[in-house]
Amino acid sequence: MTSPSTPPPAGAGGPRPVLEAHGIRKRFPGVLALDGVSLRLFPGEVHALMGENGAGKSTLIKVLTGVHPADGGTVLVDGRPHAFTDPLQAQRAGISTVYQEVNLCPNLSVAENILIGREPRRFGLVRWSETRRRAAELLTELELGLDVTRPLGAHSLAVQQLVAIVRAVDVSAKVLVLDEPTSSLDREEVAQLFGLVRRLRDRGVAILFVTHFLDQVFDLCDRVTVLRGGRLEGEYPIAELTPVTLVQRMIGGELATLDQLSGRAHGQGAERAAGEPFLRARRLTRAGSIEPYDLDIHAGEVIGLAGLLGSGRTEAARLLFGADGADAGEVSIEGRRAPLRSPRHAIARGIAFCSENRKSEGLVGELTVRENIVLALQAARGWTRPLTRAKQDELARHWIEALDIRPADPEAQVRHLSGGNQQKVLLARWLLTEPRLLILDEPTRGIDIGAKAEIQKLVARLADEGTAVLFISAELEEVLRLSHRIAVLRDHRMVATLANDGTVTPERLLTTIATGTDS
Amino acid sequence: MTPQPATSGAAGGIGRRTAGHRLLWPALVLLALLLGNLAFHHDFFSVRVRDGHLYGSLVDILRFGAPLVLVALGMTLVIATRGIDLSVGSTVAIAGALACGHLAGAARPGSVAATLTAVGLALGVALVLGLANGLLVSGLGVQPIVATLILMVAGRGVAQLITDGQIVTVTSAPYKMIGGGYWLSLPFAVLLAAVLVALTSFVTRRSALGMLIESVGGNPTASRLVGIRAGGLLVLVYVFSALCAAVAGLMISSNVSSADGNNAGLWIELDAILAVVVGGTALTGGRFSLGGTVLGALVIQTLSTTVYTLGVPPETTLVFKAFVVIVVCLVQSPVFRAKAVRRRAATPRPPTTAGATPQEQEARA
Ligand SMILES: Nc1ncnc2c1ncn2[C@@H]1O[C@H](COP(=O)(O)OP(=O)(O)OP(=O)(O)O)[C@@H](O)[C@H]1O
Ligand SMILES: [Mg+2]
Repeated sequence: MTSPSTPPPAGAGGPRPVLEAHGIRKRFPGVLALDGVSLRLFPGEVHALMGENGAGKSTLIKVLTGVHPADGGTVLVDGRPHAFTDPLQAQRAGISTVYQEVNLCPNLSVAENILIGREPRRFGLVRWSETRRRAAELLTELELGLDVTRPLGAHSLAVQQLVAIVRAVDVSAKVLVLDEPTSSLDREEVAQLFGLVRRLRDRGVAILFVTHFLDQVFDLCDRVTVLRGGRLEGEYPIAELTPVTLVQRMIGGELATLDQLSGRAHGQGAERAAGEPFLRARRLTRAGSIEPYDLDIHAGEVIGLAGLLGSGRTEAARLLFGADGADAGEVSIEGRRAPLRSPRHAIARGIAFCSENRKSEGLVGELTVRENIVLALQAARGWTRPLTRAKQDELARHWIEALDIRPADPEAQVRHLSGGNQQKVLLARWLLTEPRLLILDEPTRGIDIGAKAEIQKLVARLADEGTAVLFISAELEEVLRLSHRIAVLRDHRMVATLANDGTVTPERLLTTIATGTDS
Repeated sequence: MTPQPATSGAAGGIGRRTAGHRLLWPALVLLALLLGNLAFHHDFFSVRVRDGHLYGSLVDILRFGAPLVLVALGMTLVIATRGIDLSVGSTVAIAGALACGHLAGAARPGSVAATLTAVGLALGVALVLGLANGLLVSGLGVQPIVATLILMVAGRGVAQLITDGQIVTVTSAPYKMIGGGYWLSLPFAVLLAAVLVALTSFVTRRSALGMLIESVGGNPTASRLVGIRAGGLLVLVYVFSALCAAVAGLMISSNVSSADGNNAGLWIELDAILAVVVGGTALTGGRFSLGGTVLGALVIQTLSTTVYTLGVPPETTLVFKAFVVIVVCLVQSPVFRAKAVRRRAATPRPPTTAGATPQEQEARA
């Protein structure tokens, strides 16, 4: 179990933890989310908090920072007991947090979002030019050249995530808590973020880091605390673990590997791309978001979209769903012209779109898991032809089981689910409509490795059964593993389409993404 | 491996428990108000039968509360879509003015046919008004508060134009039935309101209407991406709200056998909004509770009655009402309750003064 004898990491500021929690308990109606969890954070260390979806990671962070009151246990800051009753207190005590769901104001400018609440003032009036300058300065630390006067909502989710991090870093902190900060970032941004985290660590800041990416843990972290089902599994120096043993600690068993899947897509591309495409896009474009592009998607084919952050992957996909209107170009479905003026038109033609932004564009937080799951189907039927309650229950139960959504309670409010489980609800909603073309924008975002493998298998199986899939992911491995063909985007332009015939390596894909040409 | 996975029985209870919770507070508040009245008037709860009609303070609350229940019913669905309908008071006045105006000019105002035409006229015009609101909001994307403000202001003028600035009095037995009549010894208005509430509840919950409205109000962007035709739903709720207001207007004018374009339904939109909020439907849209709204409307109506039975001086009635509403809203707020409980737990000081929660202090004051 725990190894309390673990000495603090070498080079740490002192032997005393800057933040310490003992025996934390937290109960929500029907769920004991945390049961006697302890955690120690030393100055100058990067500490990973690991566990499956719903293990209690975010809840622990929220209890530590005063979002939720604890039902039991103690929190010590610098050795003194503290019970924060709201996040602001925690911030004042030097604990700065980026929560899992980005919580900024989309209609305020980037600069305002970064400095809100502590804008530079003179005579009580905000000094706007100074605010903008400071914000821009902070952003350059992450090598982000953003226009700080634009509203935050105009930027992609990944940029919003970075802005949230910049905001947290600016508050001079002793402890920086990052709950899945890298879930929608690309390699470049991850590397920049890690550079920043290392600089902070060297300054003596303690960093608590939640992620589902094992390589990031081994790359960055000094020690790991593992949670399993709301209980503390253990605390380990990273050197004592291998990826395999870490996963075992997290799931309490062996992970069924992905090996059967890898390389499956290779070599079938030509077969699947034969014949009339299900969807054909020609010169499709929207000013300011994506240059004209051509794309054919055949039944049974998985097309991956690869590109850097802001390269126009999501924008390209949204045109195929009618989520945004195209300015020019045409789409035909099974050979017939099909103007996709709205999502309704697209849905009626068998297209489904799983947005990357599950909170603002996907789920209705107040509704139950059942209602969210049947929503797309019900919307297609219109309100006068309701699904019977029995049918709804049956669908909800089926998909909760199929995707292992936890807690397995169809009547739980979706906003109370953990991030990964929310993502699964969103997937379930669209899968049950049995679409002909499934557009998945970052479908495995925030999903633990076990469930990620399941979802990848599911995508492969759907394609085998004849569904066309458009697959967007910042994880190149995932794109390479699943796709028959990969369309590469760069600067809002589709620059290349690669047949994934086994010759495409991550390196080759990266070069194409970076240079815009397939060498 | 879920943290103590809730068994399906207990889990199913979460939703139901919170549903029960939603109605708990408005019900308790209503009960408290009624008991408060009982303390001043010992016959407050007594219900007598006179001439085969039910009489009593409780019956009066229901009877006079019926129009408010209806207006709040329509308002609930509008608010659930993140909207608001400020024009209901004007619609109440217009409906009454149209109906009474028609009857006053009719050859035989006492005939059933003339009454039905009057009712049809009022409902027809209300339908058009609701349609106008709905199209402004959904078609042109005007903010609901602005879109309905137009009719709120203009509507009063229209009502006065219809009645020529006079109070139109009518004598029509069938028309009197709507708001002042009795059926099976029960006030007809109460029966009518009950039937409409039951019908609305049945339609919203048995069809998918309720869920889709909650989805549109809860997350408009997601609702569009899921393929919900929000435009149609919005028009529907504003039309429904206007129709409810029209029926309320008929009740009010029928009860006093006259139409007053100036004062009929004055400020009823505010009472209706309060009723919806007290009933547990958030102004930010999403989940709505029709049962809660009915309780909320009865709370507001009881409050108005209380003001009279307590003999609160007229110049302070509004202040009194506002005060009670604030207390009710605070008691209902989970944040406030949590704070109060936490404060109490955190400060185990002598219970004489400091130990009291703010809400108790307010209640005592
Ligand atoms: N406000 C809440 N009300 C009820 N239950 C909640 C609430 N917040 C979290 N839970 C439950 O507590 C458990 C732990 O959730 P938590 O969000 O901490 O998981 P997590 O480890 O962060 O998972 P993920 O990797 O998916 O983000 C879950 O079962 C979740 O459903
Ligand atoms: Mg989480």
